[in-house]
Formats: sequence, structure tokens, C-alpha cells
Amino acid sequence: MSSKKETFGGTVGFVLAVCVVCALLVSFSAVQLKPLQKANKLLDQQTKILEASGLLEKAGKDVVKTYNEFVIARMIDLDSGEFIEGDVINFDERRNSRDKALSIKPESDLAGINRRSNTAVVYLVKDDAGVIDTVVLPIVGSGLWDLMYGYVGLEADLNTVKSVIYSDHKETPGLGAEVLNPAWKALWPGKKIYNDAGEVKAKLVKGGAKANDIHGVDGLSGATLTSNGVTNTLQFWFGKEGYNTFITKYLVEGVK
Amino acid sequence: MSSDAKKVLTGPIVDNNPIALQVLGICSALAVTSSMANALVMTLAVVFVTAFSNLFISIIRNHIPSSVRIIVQMAIIASLVIVVDQVLKAFSYQLSKELSVFVGLIITNCIVMGRAEAFAMKEKPGVSFLDGIGNGLGYGAILMLVAFFRELLGFGKLFGIEILPLVQNGGWYQANGLLVLPFSSFFIIGLLIWAIRQWKPEQVEKD
Repeated sequence: MSSKKETFGGTVGFVLAVCVVCALLVSFSAVQLKPLQKANKLLDQQTKILEASGLLEKAGKDVVKTYNEFVIARMIDLDSGEFIEGDVINFDERRNSRDKALSIKPESDLAGINRRSNTAVVYLVKDDAGVIDTVVLPIVGSGLWDLMYGYVGLEADLNTVKSVIYSDHKETPGLGAEVLNPAWKALWPGKKIYNDAGEVKAKLVKGGAKANDIHGVDGLSGATLTSNGVTNTLQFWFGKEGYNTFITKYLVEGVK
Repeated sequence: MSSDAKKVLTGPIVDNNPIALQVLGICSALAVTSSMANALVMTLAVVFVTAFSNLFISIIRNHIPSSVRIIVQMAIIASLVIVVDQVLKAFSYQLSKELSVFVGLIITNCIVMGRAEAFAMKEKPGVSFLDGIGNGLGYGAILMLVAFFRELLGFGKLFGIEILPLVQNGGWYQANGLLVLPFSSFFIIGLLIWAIRQWKPEQVEKD
């Protein structure tokens, strides 16, 4: 403790000095580490997109090179379904959704996201011959505790599922967090999003999907609310306020 | 190393453990112990913060006006925690995503504040630094023990490596769902405190 007599000016001066030193320390570390953090975030995103398109094993350690070689990120307008120009690297669905000019309030907010960005970034993935054989679509929707972010990889028919990969979530470990379990993810390939009438039918089935169910996947046991969240998220994003317009247009016109 | 310094460093691990004896820092001990990797990173983060907050506070201890000393301590601790958070985000993105808010909440960990106020305000910088490391390690030791039981019995894994094959992946072990949930740490910490006091009866409080 201070042995000197405390004065008002001395106390204020001391506190200010401590604050300045602390502020310098914090800003220095934040600014210095920013590029690394950004690179990490991008790498994480690219890894998930490669996983969703089934290229992660082939990529091995060289995620960035494989990503740049095979993946084309394109921005789309969700309402018109058209490809548009835009900054695909710094795109952030949630940031847009907080801006009234860049987002709408969906009529039926199944995914529980409150507002939806008008634009989205889709990832077109080429095979070795340079033909686009996979399209990866980002999804976001409420789970039990918070929003869950993920990617759905689709075959070239934009109906057959290749993968459902969650990249960020806050679900209960061992229950809802089983969306990351490889055994559960392995249930997805080959499932169909739409039925012949074009309705979204993909869903998680409580108690387990029947063996011949081409739309249903086993629900997560002990995590009904997370399972409902995943089903609703798919229902929303593949419905008419999600990617439906884009998918219809893409199937007719291809990439422009 | 003199025996005093050694006592300051190793004392908090068993004899004067911040969790088991002083029952501080329980909140984060519940939250981050679902896997050993998380517990290890949290341990390193807390060791860093307690050690350096003790060091810096001890260096300026004779200049801190006592009327605002808690605020000054908080400013130093909070800055260190932000630095740790930034470093984690830069070098271990996956883990920082899993630990998310809990790194930030080191600020509210009573162990850091407790050591700053009880030790670093009175003692020299060198010995305060050791006391910080010791208390961080004492916290970490309990964290790792709790995480060991929770990850092994709750997920059948240690450090993410499968030890007991789970039924849902075709093995024989039915995971204990209770241990997956944070509050199960209360049971494990309680049992640990009981075990330590059986071993060292002098820790038992008199009625």
C-alpha cells in the first residue's frame, strides 16, 4: 500500500498512466495479431468448404492451394436468384442482416434468424476436368442455445446432398454437438432435399429414419431441439425465401 | 531455488490449492472441463494471467493509491486477458472458438483478483510472479483432473483420442451423459476435495 499521502491529482494521474500503458499493450497486440487472426478465420472457412465438397482429404495439408484451384466463390441475389458482383471474401451474412438496407424480414422465419441478408455467397466446386460438380451453400439457423452456422454440399443436380457440415455452433456437448459426429454426417450423402413436386422434404427424424427414406436422416438422440433447428434451417434455406429461386434459375441457365 | 520460493511455487498445487482449499474459481472450472485440450489451454491462459498480473501489480504496489487499488488491479488483469484472447485467436483458432467467452471470463476468476490483492500488494515482484505461476498451476491441476474424468467417462476419449469405443460408433462403451454436462464437475470437485482432505487431514476446517 502507498506510504505517501494520497492527493486527488496524484491518484487521477496514476490511474491515467496505468490506463495508457494498458491501452498501449492491448492495442499493440490487437493490431499486430490482426493479420494472423484473419488468415486463421479464412483458413477455417476454406477448410469447412472443402470438407463440404468432399475435397478435404485430397487437399491434405494444402488447404489454401486446393481451395484456390477448385473453388469459385460467387455472390448471388437471393430474391432474383441471379449471380451478382460483390466482395465475396469479406461477406458476412449476419452483419448484413443487421443492416435494414441489406436485408429483409422473412415472412416465415423458420430458421429463427430474424432478418436475412439479401445476398449470399455460394461456392461452386470444380472436379479435376474443370466441370462444376458440387455447389456448397452456407446455412444459418437457431439450434437450442444459439445460431448454428454450416454448409450444405450439393451434387450438380442441386438436389442430392453430398454433405451437411456445421462450422460453428454452441449446442450441448455430447447431445446437440453430435452434429459434428462423423457417423451422423455420414448419413447425409445421397439424401434428396426436394421431392418431385419441388417441396423441401429433407428433415431429421426423431427415433431414426426408415432405411428407404430418401429425405430423412436420423435425429440426434437426446437433442430434439437441435434436431428441429437443423430441420427448420434446411426448410428455410431451401425454401422460396432461401436458395430456391437461385437453384431453379441455376438449373436452367447454369453459371453466368 | 530457496526453500521459500519453492514453497510459494508448489504450495498452491496441493497444500493450499485455490480450488480445493480456498474454493475459488469454480465457475470456469465447471465450464471448460469437458475436454482435456480445453482444460490445458485454459490452464496455460490462467497461469499466464495470474503470473503477470501478480508481477506488474507487485512492481507498482508502492505507488498504487489504496483508494483505487481494486480498479487499478482490474485494469491490469483485464488488459492481460485481452492479450491472451488475441494470442489464442491468432495461433489456435479452433480452441479459441471452443473456449469462446471463457477466456474473457478469466477477468472474473477470483483466483487472479485474490492473489493480486492478498499477495502481490505486499510482496516483492519475483516472489509474486512465482506465486502467480503456482496458483495458476494449482487451478490447472484440478482442472486437468476434472477434465480427465469428464472426457474419459463422458466421451470415451482423452485429448480427443478414443480410449473407450462408444456404442454409437460401434464400440461397447455407453457414454455417461451426466458427465458431459457442466454441473457434473461439482461432483468431481467435491470428491477431489474429500480425497485431498483424507490425504491431508490438516486441511479439514474445525467446527
